[in-house]
Parts: sequence; C-alpha cells; structure tokens
Amino acid sequence: MFNRREFLTATVALSALAGSGLAGNWSRAAAQQRLTEDDLLGFENFGNVTLMHITDIHAQTKPLYFREPSINIGVGEVQGLPPHVTGKDFLKLYGIEAGTPEAYAMTYVDFAALAESYGRMGGLDRIATIIKRVRAERGDNMLLLDGGDTWQGSYTAEKTKAADMVELMNALQPDAMTGHWEFTLGTERVQEIIDGLPFPFLGSNIFDAEWDEPAFEAYRMFEKGGVQIAVIGQAFPYTPIANPRWMFPEWSFGIREEEIAANVDAARAEGAQLVVLLSHNGFDVDRKLASRVEGIDVILTGHTHDALPEPVIVGKTLVVASGCAGKFLSRLDLDVAGGEVRDYRYRLIPVFSDVITPNADMAALVDKVRAPYEEELARELGTTDSLLYRRGNFNGTFDDLFCQALISERDAEISLSPGFRWGNSLLPGQSITVEDLHSACAMSYPSAYRQPMSGQMLKDILEDVADNLFNPDPYYQQGGDMVRVGGMGYTIDVTAPMGSRISDMTHLASGDPIEPEREYAVAGWASVNEGTEGPPIWEVVESYLSRNPDVAISENETVIVRP
Amino acid sequence: MKMNRRQMMAATAGAAAFVATGFRISPARATPEATQEAIDAFTGGAKPETGRITLDAPEIAENGNTVPISVSVESDMTEESYVEEVSLFAEGNPEAHVATFKFSPMSGSADATTRIRLASSQNVIAVAKMNDGSVFMDTKEVKVTIGGCGG
Repeated sequence: MFNRREFLTATVALSALAGSGLAGNWSRAAAQQRLTEDDLLGFENFGNVTLMHITDIHAQTKPLYFREPSINIGVGEVQGLPPHVTGKDFLKLYGIEAGTPEAYAMTYVDFAALAESYGRMGGLDRIATIIKRVRAERGDNMLLLDGGDTWQGSYTAEKTKAADMVELMNALQPDAMTGHWEFTLGTERVQEIIDGLPFPFLGSNIFDAEWDEPAFEAYRMFEKGGVQIAVIGQAFPYTPIANPRWMFPEWSFGIREEEIAANVDAARAEGAQLVVLLSHNGFDVDRKLASRVEGIDVILTGHTHDALPEPVIVGKTLVVASGCAGKFLSRLDLDVAGGEVRDYRYRLIPVFSDVITPNADMAALVDKVRAPYEEELARELGTTDSLLYRRGNFNGTFDDLFCQALISERDAEISLSPGFRWGNSLLPGQSITVEDLHSACAMSYPSAYRQPMSGQMLKDILEDVADNLFNPDPYYQQGGDMVRVGGMGYTIDVTAPMGSRISDMTHLASGDPIEPEREYAVAGWASVNEGTEGPPIWEVVESYLSRNPDVAISENETVIVRP
Repeated sequence: MKMNRRQMMAATAGAAAFVATGFRISPARATPEATQEAIDAFTGGAKPETGRITLDAPEIAENGNTVPISVSVESDMTEESYVEEVSLFAEGNPEAHVATFKFSPMSGSADATTRIRLASSQNVIAVAKMNDGSVFMDTKEVKVTIGGCGG
C-alpha cells in the first residue's frame, strides 16, 4: 500500500516545487452540517499572482448534477495515474473519506445518495460570487482564464447561437479564453463573436488552412502583482477531426508543439516571468507536452473534463485540471520571483450551490437571458427511475436512453451515439425536462441519420474510435470517450494494438455474431459529414419519451472491457 | 504495383461504395519491402543516418486527401557541403515514392513544404541525400481517422 505522497512522488516525479495538497479541511465541517462559504472559499493569500481557471462549462448556467466517471482507463505510461483513477481508488489516492462533500464532488461513489444530501453544483451566479470574492482579496493581482467549450451545450446556447453565454461570461470579465466546440458555430459566427469580445480569444495552434499561417493571437502579456505573465492559448488540436471541418474550413489546428515552444521563447524574450498555457489539449496530451516543451510554468488544462484536487507536477510545470459544467473553479496562488515559480497554493473549489450565495446581479442576468425560453426549458418529457449519466469511457445510462430511442424511432437494428464527455446527470425520481435533454445533445449538427452499414464498417468505426481513446501515445488521442452502441454488444481489449481491440461483436436482438459482409440498419447522430439527413436527435428522444415516459435503465452489461 | 487513375478514383470512393454495395474495396498498398526498395533506389544503397533532417507532419490528418508535410535539412548549402535531393515516401500509399525535391548551393536552404494524399494511417518517411553521398532519414506516423466522436 502506498500513501498519497509516496504515490505522487513515485509516479509524477514531484520536483522541489512541492505544494499544498487539499487546502481546505471542510469535510469535517460538512459532517457537522455547518459547511459554510468560508470553508469553501477561505484562502490565505499567497505569493504575488492568483490564477483562476474555469473550463468546459458547456453553457451550463444553473446548478446541476454531474456524476464523475466510474471508468476512465489510462493506457501506456499513464496507466493508473491521475486522472485515470476513479471511485474508491481516487478517494484513497487523495486521502478523501467516503461520504464527504469532496467524495461527492470528485467521484461517482454513492452518487445518487450523496446528491440528495449535498445538492446541485455549479451555477454562474455562484461562480460570480467566488470570482468577486477573490478579486476583492487579490485586487488586480489576478487573472481569470476560460479554457473553452463555453458557448455550446444547452438549449439556450443553441437557440441564441451562444449570445447568452457571451453576455454572461463577459459579465464575469475573463482575461482570455481559448476554444473547441465554439468553432461548431461556424467561422462567420465565431468571428463575429470574437470581434466583439472585450478580452482576447487565444489560439497558438490555429492556422489559416490555406496559407498555413497563424490565424489567431497566440499569446497575450499581462502585468499582475508586478509580474509579467504570458498566457498562451491552445485550442483543441483535433477540432476539425472530432467535429465537422466543413463548418470552419478556413482553420487548421493540430498540436503544433514547436509552435508552442516558439511562443514560449518569444514570450520569455518579451520579458515574461510566468508562462501559462491555457489549454484545451486534454490531460494526457498536456502531461506529455509539459515533459517536452520547456519553460511553461503552469498548464491550465481542459477538454477531458477531469477534476483533480492537486496539480500534477511534470518537471517544473504544474498541470491543473478544473473539471467541467461549472462544477469547479480552480484557484492557484503563485509566488513568482526571478522568472520562476518558487512556491504555490492550490484549491479546486467545488461550487456547492446550496453553500455559496448567488451573486444577485449575475442571478438576474442569467434569468434575463433564459426568460424567453423558460417555459420550454421546464417542459417535462418524462420521469426517470434510474440515475441517468453519460460520463465514463463506455456506455452511460443517458446514452443508453438515446440508443434505445434511435433504434425505436428510426426503426434500426443498431444505434451509435458519440462519446461526448458533456451531458448532465439526472437522479432517480427526477423528471426529464427539455433543458435536461438538451444538456446531453444541444449542438449545431444534431441530425439523426439512418443508413445501412456492413458489419465490417461497424468494426472499423469501433476500432477507429478506440484508437482515438486508447492509443498509447497521447498525441494520437482525441479525448472523447468510446462511441456508445445500442442493439450490439462487444468486447474490447484496451491494450491491444489498433485494429485488434474489438472482438465478439454481437447483434443483441438475435444473439448472432455480427457478420462482416451483412448490412445492418444503423441509426446515429452528430455525424461530421456535410449533408447528413434526419430529424434532430432531441426530436427523436422526445418522441420516444412521449410514448415511453417512465424511464428505467440498468447499467449496461453488453460492453465487456479487458484486461 | 502501379495503379491507374481509374483505380485510384475507385479507391477514393471506397467508403461510399462499400456502404452502398456491401463490398469492401481496399486500395492496393505498397508493402514495407516495396517502400524499402524505393528508398534504396533513391539512396543508391547507402544506409541512412538519423539527424539533420526534420520531417514535420500532423499526428492526425485533418483531411487525408491533403496532408501538409514539411521537411528541412540542416546544411551550410555551400559548394563544399550541400543537400542534393530530398525524397518523401508514404509506406501505405499505392505508390510509396511521393515526391523528390532537388537542391543546389544556390538554394540557400534545404526546406520544402507540400501537401500529399495519404490512403490510410501510415508512416511518412523523408530521406535527404547530401553531396558527399551521406544520407539522412526521418519518419513520422500520420493517422488518418474516420473521426467524429471526440468531445
């Protein structure tokens, strides 16, 4: 058995730059039912600069439930390392007691029961309270940085083409952002929004697709607390592959490690004493990047939706992961001197909506942007007896509902649903509203297609997506989860090479093996191909719910994971 | 091993075609042996060394039909010491030899950028031949994926 400190030392090579660990001791307070805002936010100012990081909000403006994954497998060098540690192992690794608020916030263990006790998390009005408080404590020595995936993921963001989120985020006054799903609004709308932003949208790795020249501002210099800070933006490298390239054909992405290195050098030459990478690479990509590109002090990472209570330290770089859906906000206080970070204090702040007082101005603004849609948002489509969730490497119960709806409504044998990492959770007994449904599917390419596919093509798709997730080299990973399947079971060996991970594909209705040459009627949604035809996925699920309003879905046992 | 243009077009349309017909059409691939033969033909049999040449390509292609590839070779580019030729090879394409760039001391530097089509995930190889007969090589794996499920 190892303790947490030994584990981290052994695995991520803690440098001399040892940090604070879990700064708050609020679980005891919570156990005594007196968890207060001060327990969550009380933080002794440290050093000369504070970074606040929020990422992957996915347009969630109100408090919600979000179950963390039970399965999050790491392969190759990162096997068993955070964030590839879940449930009880996570609790043990970080010394968190089961049943505490931290356990509820950061793991899936007893999720539904703890959700009843600790309530919903997030809400932009609560986040505003936190930011306002830190601004009051730190004065001008603070940067608020948004890691992207901010403008997509809700009914209202879809209806307003992100105008709601832009207005709300502007009120929080971030200092910079980068992006991913933002681009699925299309080049024109993205450009229109960016032109009006009172802060820079950074992307060191976004290039003009035709001329291969930088298309976005790569970094911005700030002076805070007497420290020259360079914030370099890194958008999601595989946006044109994971999302429809035809919506933003003018832009090319990629990891472009050498570009980051060049920008680090340029920023240092310009006098930067602190270099921050505001990244949407995903955790494993950023961990590898930190080991290869020198001179980055802090990576604020996003995309893979991991929430870690401590930074992972790679060489001299702190890698901070701040969760998603507005559930967490990170505060990192840094003591910067002589062009390097001497020490730090960190806290992953869980946004307990029942503990943190909403900021009245922000609450009013949230209500204002939602007002035209409030009635529709609250419209009930059904009730769930089961916990509905998406997050995890393989089929979640919310996806299984989607897969059932696709098979039933589109008269298909097999259904496919993409392995997105956004999508809220619903507790047993909760009604399913339009808002809830859209939290799991709001997007700009929602068509639910139906087409014949051969068994071989289904295999190719599963192998392709599995390699995007389980390639041992993080630079070849895209960061989503495995495509969800309905009507078909399979076995996956995550450690096998590309092309041989998937076996035992079974047509569930007949119990027969999937035949490579046979054609199957397949329904799915969110195709990246231009001209995909079909009704939007939310209409498909709503139609299904109108005839099957009582939802009961047990854990999926048709996907078998080895080893 | 040669493939005519019509066959190439058939391979391009493969994905759509086999969805419609149920038949899978795989493009003919150069074998590793054929690739090695093509490299040997270029180098005249000299054993390539590592270093001096850098091949730059995306880890995952955004569009397999037009993948940006850059190559640069460290050289003084003087009459005494310069890069004569750089060839690109794609191990999994119907024809492994993709392109050859010729240089002279007048070139100033040995850099080239182009876009190539990749039939599938494969290794792309760049080989530089110097005026003294020495040969340098760099390899990069480029994935060509179906895409669409990240996020």
